[in-house]
Amino acid sequence: METNTVNYHRKINFRWLLNMAWRDSRKNHSRLFLFISAIVFGIAALVAIYSFKYNVQNDINGQAATLIGADLSISGNKLPTGSLKQLLDSLGDERSQERSFASMAYFPKSKDTRLVQVRALQGGFPYYGAIETTPVEAGTSFKKGKMALVDKTLMLQFNVHLGDSIKIGNSQFLITGILNRAPGQSGVVAGIAPVVYIPMQYLAQTGLLKIGSRVNYSFFYKYRKPVNMDRLTKKIDPTLDKAGMRYETVEGRKENTGRNFGDLSKFLSLVGFVALLLGCVGVASAVHIYVREKIASIAIMRCLGVKSAEAFLIYLIQIVGIGLIGSVIGAVLGTAIQHLLPLLFKDFLPFAISVQISWMAIGQGILLGVIISLLFAMLPLISIRNISPLNTLRMSFDTVNPSRDPLRWLVYLLITLFIICFTYLQLNSWLGSLFFTLGILAAFMILAAVAWLLMRVMKLLINDSWSYLWRQGFANLYRPNNQTLILMVSIGLSTMFICILFFIQSILIGQVSLSASGNQSNMILFDIQNSQKDSVANLARKQGLPILQQVPIVTLRIEQINSITAADLQKDSTIKISHGVFAYEYRVTFRDSLSESEKLTDGTWIGKAQPGKDVPVSVEENLAKRANLKIGDKIVFNVQGVQMPTHVSSIRKVNWGKVQTNFQVVFPTGVLEDAPQFQVLLTHVPSNKVSATFQRAVVRNFPNVSIIDLGLILSVLDELLSKISYVIRFMSAFSILTGVVVLIASLRISKYQRIQESVLLRTLGASRKQILVITALEYLFLGSLSALTGIAIAFGGSWLLAKYSFEVPYTVSYLPALILFFIISILTVIIGLLNSRGILNKPPLEILRTNA
Amino acid sequence: METILNITNLSKTYQSAGRTLTVLSDINFTIVTGSTNAIVGPSGSGKTTLLGLCAGLDRSSSGSVQLNNINLSNLTEDQRAQVRNQHVGFIFQNFQLLPTLTALENVMVPLELRNEKNIKAKALDLLDKVGLAERGHHYPSQLSGGEQQRVSLARAFSNAPKILFADEPTGNLDAETSEKVVKLIFDLNKEAGTTLVLVTHDLDLAAKTQRIIRIKGGKLIADEKTING
Repeated sequence: METNTVNYHRKINFRWLLNMAWRDSRKNHSRLFLFISAIVFGIAALVAIYSFKYNVQNDINGQAATLIGADLSISGNKLPTGSLKQLLDSLGDERSQERSFASMAYFPKSKDTRLVQVRALQGGFPYYGAIETTPVEAGTSFKKGKMALVDKTLMLQFNVHLGDSIKIGNSQFLITGILNRAPGQSGVVAGIAPVVYIPMQYLAQTGLLKIGSRVNYSFFYKYRKPVNMDRLTKKIDPTLDKAGMRYETVEGRKENTGRNFGDLSKFLSLVGFVALLLGCVGVASAVHIYVREKIASIAIMRCLGVKSAEAFLIYLIQIVGIGLIGSVIGAVLGTAIQHLLPLLFKDFLPFAISVQISWMAIGQGILLGVIISLLFAMLPLISIRNISPLNTLRMSFDTVNPSRDPLRWLVYLLITLFIICFTYLQLNSWLGSLFFTLGILAAFMILAAVAWLLMRVMKLLINDSWSYLWRQGFANLYRPNNQTLILMVSIGLSTMFICILFFIQSILIGQVSLSASGNQSNMILFDIQNSQKDSVANLARKQGLPILQQVPIVTLRIEQINSITAADLQKDSTIKISHGVFAYEYRVTFRDSLSESEKLTDGTWIGKAQPGKDVPVSVEENLAKRANLKIGDKIVFNVQGVQMPTHVSSIRKVNWGKVQTNFQVVFPTGVLEDAPQFQVLLTHVPSNKVSATFQRAVVRNFPNVSIIDLGLILSVLDELLSKISYVIRFMSAFSILTGVVVLIASLRISKYQRIQESVLLRTLGASRKQILVITALEYLFLGSLSALTGIAIAFGGSWLLAKYSFEVPYTVSYLPALILFFIISILTVIIGLLNSRGILNKPPLEILRTNA
Repeated sequence: METILNITNLSKTYQSAGRTLTVLSDINFTIVTGSTNAIVGPSGSGKTTLLGLCAGLDRSSSGSVQLNNINLSNLTEDQRAQVRNQHVGFIFQNFQLLPTLTALENVMVPLELRNEKNIKAKALDLLDKVGLAERGHHYPSQLSGGEQQRVSLARAFSNAPKILFADEPTGNLDAETSEKVVKLIFDLNKEAGTTLVLVTHDLDLAAKTQRIIRIKGGKLIADEKTING
């Protein structure tokens, strides 16, 4: 047999494939544009975030020294003495000190008061960068006299000007500078605790440093010659750790700032990735239809001798090309959008943000766009291999059952792996990425199942008693070449993503807008000395304010847990106790009963100590976890130098969200009454006016007492949250835009499926109105059911996220969901009808000719 | 005389709704190189299925198809594609031009696949032979049915096929155009010395060939020479 007359091993000519891919795509450019647009916004979001991330990283690297202001900083909440003091005095070539604490500031001119963070400074700090002030020289000159630098928002808030004075404790300072930015401080932090700088030599005069005052002692060092910081910090670390002090170097701050921002950028990248995934669903459905329309062309090519691999590659090249173009457009858009991001983030970062084109981000975005559009397009593309040349003779010739194609399962696997891996890169948690991927997979399957069920139910339900238009409209949902599955999945997934973003945003925002309404406490007075306890309470009563809680607070440390000390923990890494447990300074209280926000989870509550026996204490469950504590375990506390043996008698769950004093450790009565202590008083002020009058009276009579006005905190939080939600909304906009594009693309491509049928109906005499009703019914049903399913999944998904990821109560407003439902349903019908417009307005023959 | 196509005990069955549907049953015939042949029969008789099997577009359920001494039954789909590219030409009832390619590009495709030289000149020459040299840059949708079929004809002859299969080549054309296209098919066939197998229900067209094979209900019922034979 002369088989050698045929060359079976013809090599694939890639140039010809490129040429054919270009030729084949020529008349489809407008349709291919729809594929492109589906991924543009996702890529734009990611490139913008990536570019911003790289710019911030560069800024952090460039400005790290100014963030910390020194080569080394050491801080703690105890005044160092003895050998520790000697060690601290021996470090660095230049030294500065700072004491910072919360205190009430009083502006004599306006008679306003406000809780501020007082920073008493001594020495040449900051050695790098500057305390940014207006006028500039005030940043250094204020240390020469009894002068203060006051946070700019605080000055604006109370209409205070340079030359006015501020009273801190018993001392009055002349305001000589507006503080624009303290070293390493972000706008958000400044909003919560506005900073006031005073020279340290006048700190004692304020009379604010008393027992129990929460003071942070910081020491700043500059080295004139380069020093091996790693070696130095390793050497001093054990001593500092023992004393509960922390150190920070330029490198450390660089890492911390980078890590903090990294978390934020990763979350936002995930939001961008959702937009991209949504776009990919659009790409997959568009390519699916595209391939279906290309069956005839592919069959002709196969007839002429094109190999199955060649046919596959021709369309693969097209998709890579489209993915590349879409990704490049997305990258350009993203690079433009990144200019807006510094405006969104300026309050969250403690340094000036620069904007530069990041080729790395652009490269990553383009690569990601091409890979992901290719992966998702691969599902419909692989079916090209099975298109038979026999389709040239009979168009209805069926190809292989796609579900039996092993390559299809390989593509599913690759997509799943890709999503897991990409999500892992953003979340750094395999479990989180697995849940994210499973969530998407589950949503996909639910939508597919609903689509399948819908087709079955419709087939059973529709009967001759229905009017022709209803019958025809609904039958379109299950007849051959129907769009039910594709549209259901793409519209449903878009709705779901958009809805989840809305829900989570509203849950998080709702969670933080803690209401200070009713009789709940909305003002906290702390640092009240024991001797001032009754006078402060009387002052409140005189102003007509209720004493909701008056709690004694004792400061102590943990010395031993079951005979294990901090030193033992240092030596033995197998001990399951967190290091911070020994370093932390606890503020505890004593009482004979549980408070409203507490619930026992283990052990027995003992309200009164028995003389001569170990003291029974109640431990909060998170501390119990960190310290590996069980009922009966022994803890030795150090109460201001006195060793106090105790045992764990109960473990409590505490609702920290409630506005009241909550404690990690609660002692019974009869133990700590004589220990050095201060008091906290909780009251409810009915209005801002009463609040201001009361605060003025407190500051005048008890300058050491600090006041937290919850109303003020809430307004600051509200401002902060609106900034955060603006950022989230900004990123979500990409998903929403993509969802709309996918919706338009899905319906637009379905036009080509419906066109032949509608033309046939028109030819047979159907009126314009009849076609319109049939189309509207089909799309209305598809749109509303997809949206409804998507929203239902979003409810479930957001509930899971609220419960397990954010751990907040699930509260959701139904109005946005309802609005979204109507928008999606109506949009589906409108786009569906717009697609049919061409069929309705032109003679059938003209359409048949142009689509032939 | 040399045989180009040898059909032995050829059968084709399909599974439909759990039942076996026999479309072709035990067909046997041979086609001599350079001859012109027509397969005729009523609608649903299996003539298009037979053409598909003869041309290697489909695989038989049993029996064999030997085209130019190559047993198509033993080949994979991709190998059959190579056989089609190197030995077979096609003309279809609905022309089957690639809609996104111009007339010239459509004619060039088989030549490009064979990696030939002077492709454009050859394709233009073929278009000239079918009278469409001036329409090479037009897309199929810009051409009339007759013109599309002539482009299809030029494409069919572009790879100098040993055998040309035509499925109802005039089925979509009016009488006048049909006559021109038929003349062109026979003229080009004669000039190139190609074997022609055409499937038709048009007995006048069939009578222009040298031999008529009649099938009915999937069976070969007659095989006769015409006055041209």
